[in-house]
Order: sequence, then structure tokens, then C-alpha cells
Amino acid sequence: MESERYYQPQAETMPVEQIRQMQSEKLVRQVRHVWEHVPPYRTKMEAAGVTPEDIRGVEDLHKLPFLTKADLRDNYPDGFLAVPKADCVRIQSTSGTTGRRVVAFYTQEDVNLWEDCCARAIVAAGGTREDVCQVSYGYGLFTGGPGLNGGSHRVGCLTLPMSSGNTERQIQFMLDLGATILCCTPSYAAYLGEALKEKGYKPEDNKLKAGIFGAEPWTEEMRRDIEKSLGIKAYDIYGLTETSGPGVSFECREQHGMHINEDHFLAEIIDPDTGEPLPDGEKGELVFTSLDKQAFPLLRYRTRDICVLDRTPCPCGRTFVRMSKPMGRSDDMLIIRGVNVFPSQIETVLLQEGYAPNYQIEVDRANNTDTLDVYVELSEEQFTDTVKGVTAAEKKLAGAIKTMLGINPVVHLVAPKTIARSEGKAVRVVDKRKLID
Amino acid sequence: MAIKQISVFLENRAGALEGAVRVLAGAGVDMRAMAIADTQEFGILRLIVREHEAACAALREAGYILAVNDVTAVEIPDEPGGLARVVEILTAAGINMEYSYAFLTQSHGRACVVLRVDDNGKATSALAAAGVETLTSGESGQLPL
Repeated sequence: MESERYYQPQAETMPVEQIRQMQSEKLVRQVRHVWEHVPPYRTKMEAAGVTPEDIRGVEDLHKLPFLTKADLRDNYPDGFLAVPKADCVRIQSTSGTTGRRVVAFYTQEDVNLWEDCCARAIVAAGGTREDVCQVSYGYGLFTGGPGLNGGSHRVGCLTLPMSSGNTERQIQFMLDLGATILCCTPSYAAYLGEALKEKGYKPEDNKLKAGIFGAEPWTEEMRRDIEKSLGIKAYDIYGLTETSGPGVSFECREQHGMHINEDHFLAEIIDPDTGEPLPDGEKGELVFTSLDKQAFPLLRYRTRDICVLDRTPCPCGRTFVRMSKPMGRSDDMLIIRGVNVFPSQIETVLLQEGYAPNYQIEVDRANNTDTLDVYVELSEEQFTDTVKGVTAAEKKLAGAIKTMLGINPVVHLVAPKTIARSEGKAVRVVDKRKLID
Repeated sequence: MAIKQISVFLENRAGALEGAVRVLAGAGVDMRAMAIADTQEFGILRLIVREHEAACAALREAGYILAVNDVTAVEIPDEPGGLARVVEILTAAGINMEYSYAFLTQSHGRACVVLRVDDNGKATSALAAAGVETLTSGESGQLPL
């Protein structure tokens, strides 16, 4: 086998003790920065009776208060901005909608760091300056497109900034320009594989060798399907807008957990109920501290993703800890077609449209694309004696949900008291996608 | 006074109609006319009954979603062209018809047609002007049949 290549070998293969030492030094500096420039977090620290002097290294991390998405939302748009706006060069934003949106700010240094992380992922997937990298994540506020685009530039790949959608054009450019690396959501990769097959192309007809897929949960089974249909090796990538975007962690050729870029991000696993840190190897909620970010430096940010950290040495030579694929959420957030969806958002729309909040969300996957069906109990206010009246009410409600979430649901109006209830409590979400094998 | 029609929302599944008509039977309601419009997912049961208020109360009590509308009903000769004439009159008067359904009366040789139109008053006048009598209801919107 060809010897492993790294984008930044010194960092990626740094001895574990050195990583820890580096993290400690960066943490002390970062806590000071946040204390001085982020009043809402300083207030939290004061309430917890912690000052920067109490934080002398990673062993003191547990003394710091947690941050949640609600904290960021409450301080929308720039309460957590830690540098003058003039020092920022970019924002990105979460896919969440009204009331849930988080705006992340970046200095040029922050962008560089983020793009380096994505470049590490591309190199780990075998990328070099000889490669043609097709970036089919959405571009814009969503971090997927901009992140991998930047990483691809850094590696020196010829970058195809396709953005999402327009499958015909995706396939044409993939084949005509000889794309060798594909970056997109796993469901879109699967969809492209199907579309190629329908057009009569065999896996060997494309030049792809690797894919970097993230932004939504996917299974090992899906990985095998994508690898077979596109004739590639499929790599997972993880990230969240709050910490930078994709590239917080990435898979190497071992495909056995994602290496967290520990020189920039300090990871912990906590008990989601008590907030107590858990030992490595135990399943719990992933918490991140950004060690280098200047504009939007979050300390102990609760991701709500449930996973496990693995510190056993990886044969690839990277010394960074590996995280498992997220196995679930410690809140009720769903990721549908790469979009974060909270059931409460659908409830808000129902109330606005004059429906009682008796509903059930059914998420499934058909032809490798997520489907969203919303069952809503009809009330007399919306009922008319004609079929077209009921159908029009369904369409109107679907339109209002689309406006809120950005994804198209199928609305089914159903008879009262037909939504399944367990122990008197309605079952709000039925997720039929088998995301974890 | 126009005739009152009850529309009941039913899910398109086995036993849905049975459930609704059982409720009516239990309340001692006598159905005079009925029709069902159905789609893949749901159906709308349309009813004209003698005991209108009792039927509404019993169905709502049982948890059904109802819509109550005024409809126009006419008695037509049970012969070819009977309905065509009625429809021609309404079309000529510019009245829109959403749907209609027919039922037979106990009186010999007559068929009744329920017409769901956008303007019951206008429909009644247009029909009367053309010599077609509409069925009128009593105080509570019952059919006089």
C-alpha cells in the first residue's frame, strides 16, 4: 500500500502528550480572549464563580460553563462576536430557520484554519494537486460548499464549484471534466449513483476515486451502496457551523471513526443529563471548545450529538482522537435532506395556520432521498364539504411548512384522534430511516 | 328555506364509513340521501337526514369533523332528459355546481337530485322561473320526504 499522506503532517501526527500541552496553552489564551470580549459568556463564568485564573490547562476545562444553541440564539446576531466587525471577512449561518438561526463570524485567520481542516480531510481521502474535486454541497450561508471549496483550493485540486442540484449538469461536468473526488451529502451521492446508472453508465465510466460525504447521518450500508454505485471509496466528514463548518473531524483510509482536528478543537463527552464529563469510550454528548477561532470562539459548546471517542492508536498514523458517527441526538432535532428540523418549528406553523398542534412527523428515505410527511388532525375550521377544499388546505399548509423549513413536506389531513398516542402523550416523530446499523 | 347537508370527514380505511353510520343509527337518525366522495387518503360522506340537529350532535360527540352546508334539491321526472333540463337551467343562469347526487323518493316515479351550488337563492329562483319546483325544508332544514 502507498504510504499515508497528510496535509499538515506535523500537526496530524503530533505525539499525544504534545497535543495535550498545546491544547492547554491555547485553552488558557482562549478563555482570556472570551472573558474579555464576549460579555454573555463572561456573565456565565461569573455566575459559575470561574475566572480566567482558574483555567490553567485542559484539566480545568470542566469548570467552565456550557454553551447551548439557545445561548447563541438569545444573543443573535452578534452577541458572541469577539473581535471588531472590521476584522471579520465572512459569515456563515446554520440551516435552522426563524428563531433558530445562528450567525458564525470568521476572520481571515478563522477561514484559513477552517479551510486547512477541510484540506486535511481531502488529503486523507487521497486528494492531491492532480485531482479534480467536484464540490456539490450547497454554496452560500451553508458551510458545506464554501468549506470544501476552500479545502480543495488549498490542496491544489482543480475545483468544480457545482453547488447542489441540477443533476444533469453535475453528471455532465463529472464526466466531461473527469472529476476524481466528489464532495456532497451522502444522500445526494447515492442519488447521483442512481442517476448515472439510469443513464446507462457503469461505475468504471467515471473517474471518481473518492467521495467526502457529510452534513447528515448515514449508515455503513449506505456507504457500501455508494462505494459500489460510483466505484469509489467513501469518507465521512463532520462539522457544525458553530465551530466552523465541515472538517472538525474527518475519516482516514481506515474508515473507522473520524479524526478530530485536536490542535483546533478540544472535544469532550458528557452525560447529557448531568453534564458530567464521561471517560473515553463511553457514549455521551459531544462538546467542543474552539481553541483557535478568534471571531466566534465557543467554549464548551454542546453539539447535542451522541457519540463515543476512541483514543486507541490509528494505523493511519494520525494521533488525533477519533469520534464515532453520531448515534443520535440529545434533543429532538432531525436532519432531513441536510436541513436541521425541530418538531417545534412545525408546531409553530400549525398554530399560525389555525390548526391544533396534533400532528405527527414521519421521516423516511425513498430512492436515497429523505421524505417528510406531516400528518395533521383536521379541525372543523379547515374542513369543507369538497375534496378540492381539503386538498387546497393540505397544499396551503405544506407551503407554509416549506417556507419555515426550506424543505417540501407532504401534508396529510387526518381525522381527529387518529395520531398515535402512547401513554397519553402523542408520538410526534417517527423516523423510519435506519441510520445506525 | 334551503336544505341542510352534513359532510363528514372520513379516513379512507376499512370500517370508517361503518363507524359513522353506526353513530347515526345509534342516535335514531333516518338518512334520506347520501353520497361519498373519496380520494386515496380520505373520503367525504355527504348526508341529508330527517333529524339534522340530532345527527350533528351525535357525530360531533363521537369525534367526527363536520361541515354543514345549504344545498338545493329538486324533484325531477324519472325519465331520459330529466336531469339534463335542470342542469341546463342552472348553466344558463350562470350558477356553478360543485357536485350533485341523486336519490329516489318513496313517491312513485320521481327522482330527487341534490345540487351543491354556489348560490342556493339564485338557483331556486332560476329553477322556479323555468317551472321546476325545488324541495323546501321545514324549520330545521329537514327534507319533507
